[in-house]
Amino acid sequence: MTIAFEPSTSAAPPRRKVVDSRNLGDRIFRRGVTAGALTSFVVLSFIAALLFFRGFEIFRAFGLDFITTSTWDAADGTIENATFGVAAMIVGSIVTAVIAMVVAFPFVVSSALFLEFYVTPKLKFVLVSVLDLMAAIPSIIYGLWGYLVLMPHAAGWAASINKYLGWIPIFSVDVENFDASPFVSGLVLALMILPIAMSVTREVYSRAPLDQIQAAYALGGSRWGAIRAVVLPFGRSGLVGGMLLGLGRALGETIAVLLTLNLVFEVKFQVLASAGGSVASLIASRIGEATPLELKALMAAGLVLFVLTLLVNFGASSIVARAERRVR
Amino acid sequence: METNQNRQVDGVIPATSMAEPATAGGSQSSTLDERMVTMSGLQTKGIHAWFGDHHVLEDVSLDFPANTVTGLIGPSGCGKSTFLRMLNRMHEFIPSASMAGEVFLDGEEIYAPDVDVAAIRLRVGMVFQKPNPFPSMTIAENVLAGTKLANIKVKDKDSLLEECLTRAGLWKEVKDRLKLSGASLSGGQQQRLCIARALAVKPTVLLMDEPCSALDPGSTLKIEDTIHELSDLITVVIVTHNMQQAARVSDYCAFFLSDGHPGRVIEADRTDIVFTSPQDQRTADYVQGRFG
Ligand SMILES: Nc1ncnc2c1ncn2[C@@H]1O[C@H](COP(=O)(O)OP(=O)(O)OP(=O)(O)O)[C@@H](O)[C@H]1O
Ligand SMILES: [Mg+2]
Repeated sequence: MTIAFEPSTSAAPPRRKVVDSRNLGDRIFRRGVTAGALTSFVVLSFIAALLFFRGFEIFRAFGLDFITTSTWDAADGTIENATFGVAAMIVGSIVTAVIAMVVAFPFVVSSALFLEFYVTPKLKFVLVSVLDLMAAIPSIIYGLWGYLVLMPHAAGWAASINKYLGWIPIFSVDVENFDASPFVSGLVLALMILPIAMSVTREVYSRAPLDQIQAAYALGGSRWGAIRAVVLPFGRSGLVGGMLLGLGRALGETIAVLLTLNLVFEVKFQVLASAGGSVASLIASRIGEATPLELKALMAAGLVLFVLTLLVNFGASSIVARAERRVR
Repeated sequence: METNQNRQVDGVIPATSMAEPATAGGSQSSTLDERMVTMSGLQTKGIHAWFGDHHVLEDVSLDFPANTVTGLIGPSGCGKSTFLRMLNRMHEFIPSASMAGEVFLDGEEIYAPDVDVAAIRLRVGMVFQKPNPFPSMTIAENVLAGTKLANIKVKDKDSLLEECLTRAGLWKEVKDRLKLSGASLSGGQQQRLCIARALAVKPTVLLMDEPCSALDPGSTLKIEDTIHELSDLITVVIVTHNMQQAARVSDYCAFFLSDGHPGRVIEADRTDIVFTSPQDQRTADYVQGRFG
């Protein structure tokens, strides 16, 4: 046998299509997971379709006004006299959710780091159990606690924030009533999203590569140095993912917000004032006594919430993807 | 286990081991060079190591004189890495790990209660068996990571960068892409990046755990040159499975063997003696490739 090693004369050959033949077990498994994945998509689209068709009349009558104006008047139950617009609710949902995120974030990071790197295994076990328990508490309990216990205090805190930082537009108020504000609601939501956001974050931090952590120590780094050089960059996407899960919960939260927020149909960015909005709470508060027309409007509001959540998740996951690419 | 951990602090020169090894053969754990009882360099006295109840190292007393290169050789699993990691206190990083004995760095006991571990690790640099650059940092940031971690002010970062990367034999390959991620390099390049990173904090001792096991012959030679150059300035301890490499780079050589027992030093001497006229038959067998 000889091995020719001559310069190739012809042009590059056409590329071959590389296929692999799958065995039976593989094919069955493949069908199984495909079916599972499709089912969830189908169910999701059915929900969206239902909301769309039930709310269709509203979208046709009000068009974009439904999401750019703020009134909620069912009038005599005819579409000619009624006006529906949920701009204030959309804005309110986002504002409370953002407050919850901002408040929760430092606690999520610090408690995740604390549990993963600064606590003995025994204490860690206890604390993690407590946090899991926190995640299991029904939201009505958070709502009641927020309403009965937190609100009286939080109103006082809000008053001091307003007194010293009132010159910043978002901390100003028109009337000195600090109860049932987006601030209070946001605090309750922050507490609610803390367990889930933190357990996801902690999980990712715990998987930070040991050899890199050792490298940081071996270079004379302190524990904080190793965390900053290795754990935080490694866990960034997990942190965002955990916060996102929390954001999803905050946007969709109904009852706890209903108890701690004064729903007002006016777009406002004064987070300390006793006026806010929440699409989910709007639906919950009206659905009991809604006329057939109003019910359609609530369905339409539901679709808006659905799309809003999807958009937020989509936006955030592309942020994660970008962060990931930078790391690679 | 508890009794073993009692340290003997008696200032005796650790010429011979206190406890006779369990096996016959009269092997002696010895200092590398008994004439050289200096207070510089690195000395270990009666080192033991455990992982849980597993006794992996027994009574290792070695002397690494300043500005020398010492090769640690021996079959896989005999405790070379464990021993190396005790020299910069990385051993205690493993939760189940415990130790006994003493390690002196320039005469100072590094396991003494009031010692700042981070300061020790800054003086005793380490290159790991597996390349471990920081993937979230660029190549340049990786090299300077140690100075940042230890808050060392560097006046001329660019020249430090070039110096360390050149010493590690990587400068030519990466000088145009210093802003790329450290993880974008090949495995061998990553290892050289880690060597550069270890050099950037100017350690006085450099521990290397099979630094060349992922490298091609060219980069291996480059690293060996670097080790030669460095040995004018610092003390190098290198674990290697490559006998030629041990013969080429080291001034002293210590042969470890576990052989069903906790790992011990069978023989430690000048490299030429270990390779040409070893005292112990097992050493002779190992260095000639008839063993392990
Ligand atoms: N993290 C650990 N936990 C428990 N046992 C360990 C650990 N690391 C090493 N050991 C044990 O300690 C002994 C010595 O291991 P060590 O890594 O020091 O060997 P080595 O001489 O470096 O081997 P190699 O040449 O393969 O790298 C082995 O028996 C190993 O099983
Ligand atoms: Mg090893």
